[in-house]
Amino acid sequence: MATISTPNGFQLNTGGRRVVVDPVTRIEGHLRLEVNVDDDNVIRNAVSTGTMWRGLELILKGRDPRDAWAFTQRICGVCTGTHALTSVRAVEDALGIEIPENANSIRNIMQLTLYVQDHLVHFYHLHALDWVDVVSALRADPKATSALAQSISNWPLSSPGYFRDIQGRLKKFVESGQLGPFRNAYWGHVAYKLPPEANLMAVTHYLEALDFQKEIVKIHTIFGGKNPHPNWLVGGVPCAINLDGAGAVGAVNMERLNMVASIIDRSIAFTEQVYIPDLLAIASFYKDWLHGGGLASRSLLSYGDIPEHANDHSPSSLRLPRGAIIGGDLSTVHEVDLDDPEQIQEFVTHSWYSYDDETRGLHPFDGITEPDFQLGPNTKGDARHIHELDESAKYSWLKAPRWRGHAMEVGPLARWVIGYAQGNPEFKEPVEATLRHLDVPVGALFSTLGRTAARGLEGQWAAHKLKYFFDKLMANLKAGDLATANTGKWDPADWPASARGSGFTEAPRGALGHWVEIADGKIENYQCVVPTTWNGSPRDPAGNIGAYEAALLDTPLADPRKPLEILRTIHSFDPCLACSTHVMGEDGREMTSVVVR
Amino acid sequence: MTRPRRTLVLGIGNVLWADEGFGVRAVETFYRHHACPDDVLVMDGGTQGLYLVPHVQAADNLLVFDAVDYGRRPGDMIVVRGEEVPRFTGARKMSLHQTGFQDVLSAANLLGGGPDRLTLIGVQAADLATWGGPLTNSVRDRIGMAIETALCELDHWGVAVTERAEPLDPARQGLLRHGIDLDGFERQSAAT
Repeated sequence: MATISTPNGFQLNTGGRRVVVDPVTRIEGHLRLEVNVDDDNVIRNAVSTGTMWRGLELILKGRDPRDAWAFTQRICGVCTGTHALTSVRAVEDALGIEIPENANSIRNIMQLTLYVQDHLVHFYHLHALDWVDVVSALRADPKATSALAQSISNWPLSSPGYFRDIQGRLKKFVESGQLGPFRNAYWGHVAYKLPPEANLMAVTHYLEALDFQKEIVKIHTIFGGKNPHPNWLVGGVPCAINLDGAGAVGAVNMERLNMVASIIDRSIAFTEQVYIPDLLAIASFYKDWLHGGGLASRSLLSYGDIPEHANDHSPSSLRLPRGAIIGGDLSTVHEVDLDDPEQIQEFVTHSWYSYDDETRGLHPFDGITEPDFQLGPNTKGDARHIHELDESAKYSWLKAPRWRGHAMEVGPLARWVIGYAQGNPEFKEPVEATLRHLDVPVGALFSTLGRTAARGLEGQWAAHKLKYFFDKLMANLKAGDLATANTGKWDPADWPASARGSGFTEAPRGALGHWVEIADGKIENYQCVVPTTWNGSPRDPAGNIGAYEAALLDTPLADPRKPLEILRTIHSFDPCLACSTHVMGEDGREMTSVVVR
Repeated sequence: MTRPRRTLVLGIGNVLWADEGFGVRAVETFYRHHACPDDVLVMDGGTQGLYLVPHVQAADNLLVFDAVDYGRRPGDMIVVRGEEVPRFTGARKMSLHQTGFQDVLSAANLLGGGPDRLTLIGVQAADLATWGGPLTNSVRDRIGMAIETALCELDHWGVAVTERAEPLDPARQGLLRHGIDLDGFERQSAAT
């Protein structure tokens, strides 16, 4: 088999055996990966395919732009608020609507709350089990676990008795055959490196984090009026604030604000005393597993987020950085403009859509979503049962977004490397301290673990920024400014006949953009480009591979039938695919299947 | 018994995805036509996964409306109780967004708590693939029967539900507003 060199600098070899990892469900909407491994079981070609929503513009066309957030927040179960925020920003941009300072602070608090909750849940409940062996935790010595925990953190829940109790609960759970979330993992896999005590400590914190994440999102309920599905508002935030005691019906009062303050303090404590120490402890056992960098050392993109000042979306106002790094040149951070037709473009040469001219990409303002499902001539199987995709043809429901033609990685690592490259001490210092602590070079950042570490540092950063914006909000309220919404342009009669605008956020998993076109008070076109479309992207007409495909290359698999290493790297991106798998099968289970051919 | 039993009536699913929206549409319709006592929470759970854990953990009685895919005829309704409701998920998830309801149940179980009475009212979906699609007729037509079944179940549990004299205005008072209420969503979907 021939070796292919991609324009973005990777070598692909489609020989060897093909390993297919596919969450088997009866509906589309899932990520599937196919890799080719050589005789040494090292990945030499990777193919990422998945489903994102198609045709959101069809759902939204003709609707009231002020309602778009309510639709977009249904796209996904975890990006709920961040889609809503992106949507209201897009509509405000189109219509020239400015929001009050308090609304900006509250939106930042909503978004930062999501960061803390999402990063915590990602680390403990999705990703940790790629590094932590739950079954091994049953063999741990609670006393030694206590000593370990106390050596890395002053978190109070660390006595031998506490760990013994948790271990007992876990044993009971496992012995009753009710492995629950721990079922079907590759327990005992040789790629697990933690001693039993570190495993028990991590599993214990898995349970604590599961309990604590429920507290964090109460902030969403307080400012969003309800949870799940908090309310949002074009022009501000949908909550009145009354600083006097119980206050008006429906208003956020002092009692509620004090509750927010208390949750923020506990978020800081949990990220600093549990999340970060666990991250460092786990990483210290995997320092020689620095695979999974992919595009991270080359091409990174962030739209930025968390504006310091209301209505100022310039890079100097954004507390999460905006910019692009190309070709690994950290000395230059390029400016990013969502409205520039030359910058963000989506290609469909390898996607199941058609354009009139597929050699060209389309900016989202000109976006077209015309489904065109067809399989390449080298596909094995048929449309109902695809055994092996033909990546030389169309092979994914994701489009291929590119920034000035480059495939980009988005997400926490992109944000932190860009902040680091800009010399911003808020990013540079924690990164350097982490590298020092683990005694690894800067290059270690560009890896699966680097991605996981950046997310942890960002969780801690977000908890502190929550406090900052809460204090800012309180100071402004106490100074007498209680405005939370600008309804000056609420009436469509005051809108121009046609308008268009873009909205952006940094979702926890990466850059998120919405583009809206409004005509005669109704939505004419609406396009979203989401983080997982960037990272999970298929190839483009030039042959550039996306972040997932690049990150899997050159990774050795200890056992191709148990591709823990693939899950590790893909999970490190916190992939976001349409969430519909709660549909239950006959046996009440969904299985991840692995096929080696 | 030191406190009254709490009941959660929950609809789950994605309203943007054809029959995937059944559970949410059923609970929305239930709420529109029926009033419940204070110790009953009627909730549009969407696809919220772990966000639902505290509500499930706090419930003694849990009634769930959901689309199911059991390979039956479209619109076929099933009622599953207690241990039969699959509690334990089998998959290593590729994404947290795939947190299934089984994960929610098992998370509540791991943390301690959760319902001791649990009933799933499921309807076999016909179309799980069309984004932006409305419910198919065979599934929409089952909403009434699903609610009748729910009322029987709640009555059996001793939960007093009363029919509202006037149904709520879905766009203003319903569980889903801002244009995504059942009528608003489907009126527009049909028009485009």
